[in-house]
Amino acid sequence: MTGTTLDDYTDRYAQRVRGMTASEIRALFSVTSRPEVVSLAGGAPFVSALPLDAVGEMLGRIGGPEHGATTLQYSGGQGDIALRERICEVMSLSGIDATGGASPDDVVVTVGAQQALDLVSRVFLDPGDVVLAEGPSYVGALGVFQAAQADVVHVPMDEEGLIPAALAEALVTVAKAGKRAKFLYTVPTYHNPGGVTLSEDRREEILEIAERAGLLVIEDDPYGLLGFDGEPVPALRSRRRDGVLYLGTFSKTFAPGMRVGWILAPHAVREKLVIASEAQILCPSMFAQTAISTYFATMPWLEQIKSFREIYRERRDALLTALTDMMPPGTRWTQPKGGFYVWLTLPEGLHSKEMLPRAIAARVAYVPGTGFYADGSGGSHLRLSYCFPTPERIREGVRRLAGVLGEEMKMREVFGTAAPGTRPAVSWTPAGTYNAAAANHPAPGLE
Amino acid sequence: MDTHVLILAGGLSYEREVSLRSGRRVLDALRAVGVDAALSDADVTLLPRLASERPDAVIIALHGAPGEDGSLRGVLDLCGVPYVGCDARASRLAWDKPSAKAVLRESGIPTPDWVALPHDRFSELGAVAVLDRIVDRLGLPLMVKPAQGGSGLGAAVVRDAAELPAAMVGCFAYNQTALVEQYVPGVDIAVSVVDTGEGPTPLPAVEIVPQNGVYDYAARYTAGLTTWHAPARLEPKVAATVADLAVAAHSALGLRDLSRVDLVVGHDGEVRVLGVNVAPGMTETSLLPLAVGAAGLDLGKLLATLVSHAIERG
Repeated sequence: MTGTTLDDYTDRYAQRVRGMTASEIRALFSVTSRPEVVSLAGGAPFVSALPLDAVGEMLGRIGGPEHGATTLQYSGGQGDIALRERICEVMSLSGIDATGGASPDDVVVTVGAQQALDLVSRVFLDPGDVVLAEGPSYVGALGVFQAAQADVVHVPMDEEGLIPAALAEALVTVAKAGKRAKFLYTVPTYHNPGGVTLSEDRREEILEIAERAGLLVIEDDPYGLLGFDGEPVPALRSRRRDGVLYLGTFSKTFAPGMRVGWILAPHAVREKLVIASEAQILCPSMFAQTAISTYFATMPWLEQIKSFREIYRERRDALLTALTDMMPPGTRWTQPKGGFYVWLTLPEGLHSKEMLPRAIAARVAYVPGTGFYADGSGGSHLRLSYCFPTPERIREGVRRLAGVLGEEMKMREVFGTAAPGTRPAVSWTPAGTYNAAAANHPAPGLE
Repeated sequence: MDTHVLILAGGLSYEREVSLRSGRRVLDALRAVGVDAALSDADVTLLPRLASERPDAVIIALHGAPGEDGSLRGVLDLCGVPYVGCDARASRLAWDKPSAKAVLRESGIPTPDWVALPHDRFSELGAVAVLDRIVDRLGLPLMVKPAQGGSGLGAAVVRDAAELPAAMVGCFAYNQTALVEQYVPGVDIAVSVVDTGEGPTPLPAVEIVPQNGVYDYAARYTAGLTTWHAPARLEPKVAATVADLAVAAHSALGLRDLSRVDLVVGHDGEVRVLGVNVAPGMTETSLLPLAVGAAGLDLGKLLATLVSHAIERG
């Protein structure tokens, strides 16, 4: 018998999947679903807070004799008009309304905002094109840009979000390389994983820089209605009718299991998005669309969002208090005003990916910062999510994590080893290799 | 009455994912030959399930501590449930790599020189002094790996003394004790040993050729990243030595039913045993199923035979 690689297809794979391999980090995450482990890793919304009896009854009804012939059928590629109207109502809470050119005609319903990201990439990106994204950035987006064989250039953030001067610098860097950035991908409000929000002052500044450079802005806004203080932050799209594509989702305001999101795009782009979506999925699920329309029409959804906000605020507080009480000196973290995540910077010399096995052994999980950079850097950071565990479990998780940090610091001291230094302000991840982020992260489905 | 087999897979180890894949493969193989089998995790549901289902035997497809440190086998003994594989004592011995190497060496089975140290010794004695001594004594290159555990997790080849501290830190993230041994460049070989009633018998040796030269986690579990040759491309004399040493290691450690012995044929032509696994991987890219196929055997039938022996043993 000659040698076998147990894969007869190796010479047939597309270039873009080369480097997709088994990942020991992903393997480590396989224990995080066990109840013994306090998982501060996944970003699963707390759907148990929904009125599940009523939702279950509604789902049974829309699939039953009265509505089933419609809801179990194919639908239009752009999405059901009843839902698109409802989406406009939801977007108006973020300042995106008819006066700013938001019309159901320009909404495309997608399978979660993830498909929206994929559609945007299909419509705008050629191999080798440049995408600007915050550093760190949402891992699910990095995976999509990789699949499009685009280069990702990360632009740093601070506590006020994306740094305008750094964006301008990144544009210069890209231009010097003889390339043009096709778009800026940004989560300006309650950033994943950064936990920061782009400040009011910077919003206009960023949009002006983008306008001057002819740079399209892709605004991903999954958490915009989940702020803890006052009214929702007006979206970037509320300031510009052109030049900004807005991505939304019902995954956080209702249920990720529905897999329904949307894009609001200018007319011309919308046409292409619909055709691209039809080629990809024919149409979004009519059952899921009807479920959401019905939920928003018949149930107190605004009250439910308020309830989610209260739950997440309590958990955010629990996490921040526990971090303050227990983290060793030299640890820093962001102070989210909404959303699901805290971005933590480790004491000097520690590396979140290298430390992960020790954390898993201590029965606590987080996502290493390496999961959020296309080049796999970011090891001096980690992401903690507070959306799913109870406040008591969060505190227990932080107690375990503090022990892990203590052990790791001791180990580094004994062996005199330090993790690699901080990353450069603007970094370049060439296309053509599978992005390291995906191998450093649990399944993005948990986002 | 049909035989009912419960396959244990999952567990709370770093190798949970691998174990779940092994368990599924074992389940499919047994069902394909008509054995009534089911999967169970090793959690709070296990003992009630053993009591209610009363399986005739258990197959342990748990990797890492739960399946290999002997403790779960001890619990199965307490419950009076037969299981395939070695008993708790032998499992505990084989699980701890330094202990297993000591037994192998006492039995005259060649294994690379080593030292095993918990991290506390380094902090007490001073890491630099201890590491210098290790390099002086064992030379370079070195293999650093956790004293317990598999799948290449936490393991690193060190070719330069300056890389050793980082390798130690990486290793200690997985286990309290590190095994540092001479790295023997050569051909990596795995020999599965099975005993279907006629004594421990070696299956065809499997030669491992990782694409990037290192048989790490990705190379182990990504089809296409490693070329396996089964049987291994060895001279008949070397092949015989490899097979003999594998059986000798299996016997010296008091193993039973099945095991996998990892060896290296050095560029110097010498064969050395690197370690032994009492709950070998059963995934699509694992070595034991490859060896079973190379021997012209059927994995399901082989496991069914081992199950019958376990039941007879009681």
